[in-house]
Amino acid sequence: MSLDRRALLRGGMSLGAAALLTGCDLSDNDAVQGFLARFSAWNDRVQAALFNPNRLAPTFPESEAVKDFRYNAWYGPENAPALNPENYRLSLAGLIANKKPWTVDQLYALPQVSQVTRHVCVEGWSMIGKWTGTPLRTFFERIGADTTARYVGFECADGYYESMDMATALHPQTIMAFKLSDEVLPRKYGYPFKIRVPTKLGFKNPKFVTTMFVSNLRPHGFWTDRGYNWFSGI
Amino acid sequence: MNTATRTTTIGGTTAPEVLEHAWPVRLTHWLMAASILIMIGSGWRIYNASPIFPFRFPDAITLGGDVQVALTWHNDPGVATAIAWHFAAMWLLALSYLLFVAWGALSGHFWRNFLPVGPSSFFRDFIAAARFRLAHRLGEYNAVQKAFYWGVLALVLVMLVSGIAIWKPVQTYPLELLFGGFQGARLVHFLGMAGICGFLLVHVALVVLVPKTFVAMVLGRVTGPAHVAGSATEKRS
Repeated sequence: MSLDRRALLRGGMSLGAAALLTGCDLSDNDAVQGFLARFSAWNDRVQAALFNPNRLAPTFPESEAVKDFRYNAWYGPENAPALNPENYRLSLAGLIANKKPWTVDQLYALPQVSQVTRHVCVEGWSMIGKWTGTPLRTFFERIGADTTARYVGFECADGYYESMDMATALHPQTIMAFKLSDEVLPRKYGYPFKIRVPTKLGFKNPKFVTTMFVSNLRPHGFWTDRGYNWFSGI
Repeated sequence: MNTATRTTTIGGTTAPEVLEHAWPVRLTHWLMAASILIMIGSGWRIYNASPIFPFRFPDAITLGGDVQVALTWHNDPGVATAIAWHFAAMWLLALSYLLFVAWGALSGHFWRNFLPVGPSSFFRDFIAAARFRLAHRLGEYNAVQKAFYWGVLALVLVMLVSGIAIWKPVQTYPLELLFGGFQGARLVHFLGMAGICGFLLVHVALVVLVPKTFVAMVLGRVTGPAHVAGSATEKRS
């Protein structure tokens, strides 16, 4: 092997190794994070364009619904908020005509539908469950929400917060889920209700919702503030 | 080099060895190379978040920044950054792949250099290669090479389609059924990655053995015998 070839080989290998090593380090570089964030914002627009408001998420036979649904949060189930139905109130804010707070009984008296849909986690696992509750669209009609506004935001009793585009909020399968597997939503799954949105990734389904608001300014999201893509449609 | 004494039957002419790559091939080759490395590195970090098999990739060889830093700041092991890389590089990969395929098909590059490839020539060259008896002649592709290039092009296509099924399982339903469902698409996506990694190992090893091919893919043209020295695998007169 001639010298220049050896030099080329050595050069190529060190170049490759350097690229591999700095590739990992580059991820934490501010400029790279900025680039990735801008690209993620562009992906938001692409996904909004790809979202078909009339396309339903696939539904499954009830026999495929998992009874013992996977618990998922950044804290253990023993630390899940225990909301008391006596003093729980759902607060409404923003572009909503009637902001009177709602009690659990009032919420649970709303007309309800059931769906057997698949929860898809951003990590890759998925699980089919049966959820029952009121379409957000129906609730918005009751409270006089401005459905021409662009965004809906949620605040939760565990410090979580989430938001979504109005088109997704009005999708027929986007519901306020009061029940999981025909049982009142257990504490660890988000009592008194969670937002079930089968056209988005799992983390876009906030639990223990205490405040709902409509806005033209895009609200934040817990995991979006930690680098995840905001739209996260599936 | 007296090609008449070659131990293999390919390239039985005395024409000078010339390897040329047109600039669209070189450009899209390196764009695909960069995007595939980003896709693999970030894909391994994403895989680690919810492994399909009972193993994880060492964090150091995955892409997504320092795991401990991300955990401390974001309570997330850099999966967010890995996904951001993955969903940025996927556009670059799709674009460069489509340009490469379009150019290869329209310019005649594919039909000229990647065909014909039949089972008999493949097995003949495969056995020769396995016994280190297959000469590398610049500018000519042996049957194993041809099959490998078709194979990796097919694998990237499988990755793009299974990737779309994973990215948008609702909007593209029933595309996932092509892979036996959403989890089936994840499995195919993983196996396709493994196949591409296997290709890359062989591909890079052969470039190391015949570095002039690297020069050709950068500068566009090299001439002369592939084996300057030390080609013990090739009989010479």
